[in-house]
Amino acid sequence: MKTDNNTLLEVKHAKKFFYGNKKLLQKERSVVKAVNDVSFSIAEGETFGIVGESGCGKSTLGRTIIQLLKPTEGEILYKGTDLSTLSGEEMRKLRKKIQIIFQDPYASLNPRMTVRELIQAPLDVFSDLSAQEKLDKVKSIMEKVGLREEYMGKYPHEFSGGQRQRIVIARALILEPEFIFCDEPVSALDVSVRAQVLNLMKDLQKEFGLTYLFISHDLSVVRFLCDRIAVMYLGRIVEIADKEELYDNAKHPYTEALLSAIPVPDVDVKRTPVLLEGDIPSPYNPPSGCLFHTRCRYAKECCKTQVPQMTEISKDHMVACHRYT
Amino acid sequence: MERKENKSSYFQDVLKRFLAHRLAMFGAIILTIEILSVIFLPVIMKLDPYTMDYMNFGGAPSAQHILGCDDVGRDLFARLIFGGRVSLMVGICSALVSLIIGVPLGLIAGYFRGWAETIIMRCADVFMSFPSMILILVLASVLGKSVMTVTMVIGLLGWTEFARLIYASVLSIREKDYVESAKAIGTKNGPILLRYVLPNSFAPVIISFTFRTAQAIITESSLSFLGLGVQPPEASWGNILYYAQSISVLSSKLYMWVPAGVILVLTVLSINFIGDGIRDALDTKMKI
Repeated sequence: MKTDNNTLLEVKHAKKFFYGNKKLLQKERSVVKAVNDVSFSIAEGETFGIVGESGCGKSTLGRTIIQLLKPTEGEILYKGTDLSTLSGEEMRKLRKKIQIIFQDPYASLNPRMTVRELIQAPLDVFSDLSAQEKLDKVKSIMEKVGLREEYMGKYPHEFSGGQRQRIVIARALILEPEFIFCDEPVSALDVSVRAQVLNLMKDLQKEFGLTYLFISHDLSVVRFLCDRIAVMYLGRIVEIADKEELYDNAKHPYTEALLSAIPVPDVDVKRTPVLLEGDIPSPYNPPSGCLFHTRCRYAKECCKTQVPQMTEISKDHMVACHRYT
Repeated sequence: MERKENKSSYFQDVLKRFLAHRLAMFGAIILTIEILSVIFLPVIMKLDPYTMDYMNFGGAPSAQHILGCDDVGRDLFARLIFGGRVSLMVGICSALVSLIIGVPLGLIAGYFRGWAETIIMRCADVFMSFPSMILILVLASVLGKSVMTVTMVIGLLGWTEFARLIYASVLSIREKDYVESAKAIGTKNGPILLRYVLPNSFAPVIISFTFRTAQAIITESSLSFLGLGVQPPEASWGNILYYAQSISVLSSKLYMWVPAGVILVLTVLSINFIGDGIRDALDTKMKI
């Protein structure tokens, strides 16, 4: 794990469990361990990607990190301060530095506010600029994300998905934050505008020196944008590595399977995809031992009983699999 | 590149759909005429609903009294117009009172959940399980019979409808991404409620407001008809109808109560039509 002194965010053994209601004739409340003992750190200025299937807990992890959900256990250190111990008001003040870009730009913009009001909203919360200064800021940020000035008085329903996502990005950037949690920001967009938005995000990162936590189920998007990547399965991180290392030298059988599923735009390339058997197990009733053993082609006896620990197999490459312990 | 060339705004669309709704327009025209005449006719025609004409106790319509006189000789047309003032005022004001109490409570219950939800919504249940007419009768006779108390009592007892409506829509709005994004940018609860939650959950309240107004006009009339509402010499449509309690008036002096009855029905109908029109106009799936 990277422990440079420019670490911006460090997650230590974070857990987020959701409890169901106790039903009649049931001994215990049902528990979904959406995030189960996850640790990693993000350096300043880097883009950290988390990939995984739908429902593996990646969004929950992100929301837990930025305290939209309270972690059940564990520490989330942002520049050394544990966010989970902050009071509501302290956390609210810190939100100036931590922003979020949501997955669905159709749902994350208040339909009753104009573009100007939407982008200006964070300024209204945090800064005591005059109306004119706020307007100037809105104008300059709109220009940066490629929105025309005359859009300012319009409502979100008058825009296409790509433009809405630009509004969301503008809103996230206007306070000049340090850290942005991107929750699948392009998965609701047409493929044609995806590249535009991703390039925009990359450019803005350079310009503002942003740190991204980027969540996606699309491996090619992650490959394009991220420096380091974590692979999540059923609430646990199974492998973390630098981008090149992960794509060239994946160790965990789940990562292998995911990577082999990336379509290659060349009909002549012969591929032998690693096919996973069965479905993702129910999070209400996860398998014992290694969560992946039910679908793993290398599964041994010990995989059914022992939970594999994260082991560093080469520099900055960690994997949780019994084959490497 | 603008993909959706959508010139008209949401409210222009709504207005267009409302204007195309025939019954609603009928209701709106009737109500406008009523409101205008209630405000201006007394001044223009120098109507006097209080002076008694001793020659004309229960007198039939004539050139001097176009709708006749009541049993103590007061001009019935003047009373009808002044009664309209009172009835419309009671209707709108009591619906406003209900709204002012109900909407904030519903917002709080729906947004904060927890104990606030339990207390407010269980109170609403208690209020709703009361036979409201009996409660209104008791309160009106205990607190004294005046326009003010009638308005307040009807208004106080009507808050549950608004609270439950807004509560129900807040429950769904609070889970929306834009509310979460407002939290994520550090917005405080107050502004979230006022700028994000309320505007998006208010539509059903507007509709309900019209129906509630109509309901309150009827309740006031019923009270006055029973002699517990607005007291003579003050006029209201309800206490004009009070005369119809006597069989001889009911059967032989139709001019004394039919106009008030007709206008009451017409008003309530108009307001309900307007409510229907707003409901249909706000439904974006409706095509004109």
